[in-house]
Amino acid sequence: MGKEEVAIKEGDNMKLCITSEGKTLDAKVDPRFGRCQNFIFFDTDIGNFEACENANAQFQGGAGIQSGQLVVSKGVKAVLTGNVGPNAHQVLSAAGVSVFTGVSGTVKEAVENYKNGKYKSADAPNVGSKFGMPNK
Amino acid sequence: MIISIASGKGGTGKTTVAVNLALSLQNVQILDCDVEEPNAHIFLKPKIIGEKKAVIPVPEIDEAKCDYCGKCREVCAYHAIAVVPANDGKKGSVLIFPHLCHGCGACSLLCPKGAIKEIDKEIGIIETGEKENMMFVHGRLNVGEAMSPPVIRQVKKHINLSKTVIIDAPPGTSCPVITAVKGSDFCVLVTEPTPFGLNDLILAVEVLRKIEIPFGVVINRADIGDGNVEDYCEKENIPILMKIPFSKEIAVSYSEGIPVVERDISYQDKFINLYLNICGIKNEADSCRKR
Ligand code: SF4
Ligand code: SF4
Repeated sequence: MGKEEVAIKEGDNMKLCITSEGKTLDAKVDPRFGRCQNFIFFDTDIGNFEACENANAQFQGGAGIQSGQLVVSKGVKAVLTGNVGPNAHQVLSAAGVSVFTGVSGTVKEAVENYKNGKYKSADAPNVGSKFGMPNK
Repeated sequence: MIISIASGKGGTGKTTVAVNLALSLQNVQILDCDVEEPNAHIFLKPKIIGEKKAVIPVPEIDEAKCDYCGKCREVCAYHAIAVVPANDGKKGSVLIFPHLCHGCGACSLLCPKGAIKEIDKEIGIIETGEKENMMFVHGRLNVGEAMSPPVIRQVKKHINLSKTVIIDAPPGTSCPVITAVKGSDFCVLVTEPTPFGLNDLILAVEVLRKIEIPFGVVINRADIGDGNVEDYCEKENIPILMKIPFSKEIAVSYSEGIPVVERDISYQDKFINLYLNICGIKNEADSCRKR
């Protein structure tokens, strides 16, 4: 658990998930959802975050589904990432998680922009399945 | 005897070898297991006499029985299931992604509530046929489906051991190839004398050594390219069963969909020779094993 440095409005209780290349708030947002390197779970209520390596990134298939599952199991309300494929989107929307795509910059900036209402929720996947698969 | 014809990559002439070998021998059954792109039928033009759907059992959830425990998701090795637990009075859901499902049955077996039943999902088609006295079977995976191994297994169910069985395996070195080649008495690896050919040959050799199937190499277009494939085979003690020189005749007959042995009967001897080489090596391997 790290201590966050972003000011949060009071009573704004919710958990965000940001896909990230690193494990700090200064790390860059990872443009891939299912195969991102790390998930940062950011609790806007207590202002803490938790970084979690994405073991699903190694999967041959089903990375998006299981990443979606992980996010859902953590009780996340909104995902901030670059791109979400169809399978992950299906899991996230089944659990009522809002998905914000096209997010870039650092994790900290992403949280800041989110709070300022700069992102629009994506109600459809914005990339095809297998996006983010390493090229052979 | 079951002989499979494989190749580390596509376009090396695998089907040419399979088809011409089959046509040169008597009492043959040919199985085209390259189910993503079956093309042996283009050359053989068999009369199709039977047709069967290829199916896999995929899970279907009875949500009335399910308590969203998540067990099915945990046991699915193919990551094909997500379970969204009930939350805030909203009921949960189990999401199945059928195109990732291998139909292994683990989820329905292990669901503590008995909430999963299996339904057949059509993923392809198996066709059987004949050409003169050759038996023909091939499978075709439906467009958009990714699970070729179950279709390949269903093609292989037709194996008739009273015949010389020739299997045209899919190209590559992954799961479908192994599914096709497994159980063969011998595997012929078709390659080209190029750096790419050698690279893919080495991968294919590793696979065959692992699954312990005796094999040998056919070098196609043997006279255009370098000598590295031959050097490699010599170094690794891999028999070269046949060298097919580049010929306009083969290229033209391929493009017209005519097997070269039908155009030029003298090729038949060459393929019979290939068969004899295979038998020789197989006998040697068998006697080694018995000792
Ligand atoms: S294992 Fe059975 S009861 Fe548990 S979530 Fe899956 S379907 Fe539902
Ligand atoms: S049948 Fe096997 S592969 Fe298909 S969903 Fe169930 S556990 Fe996964």
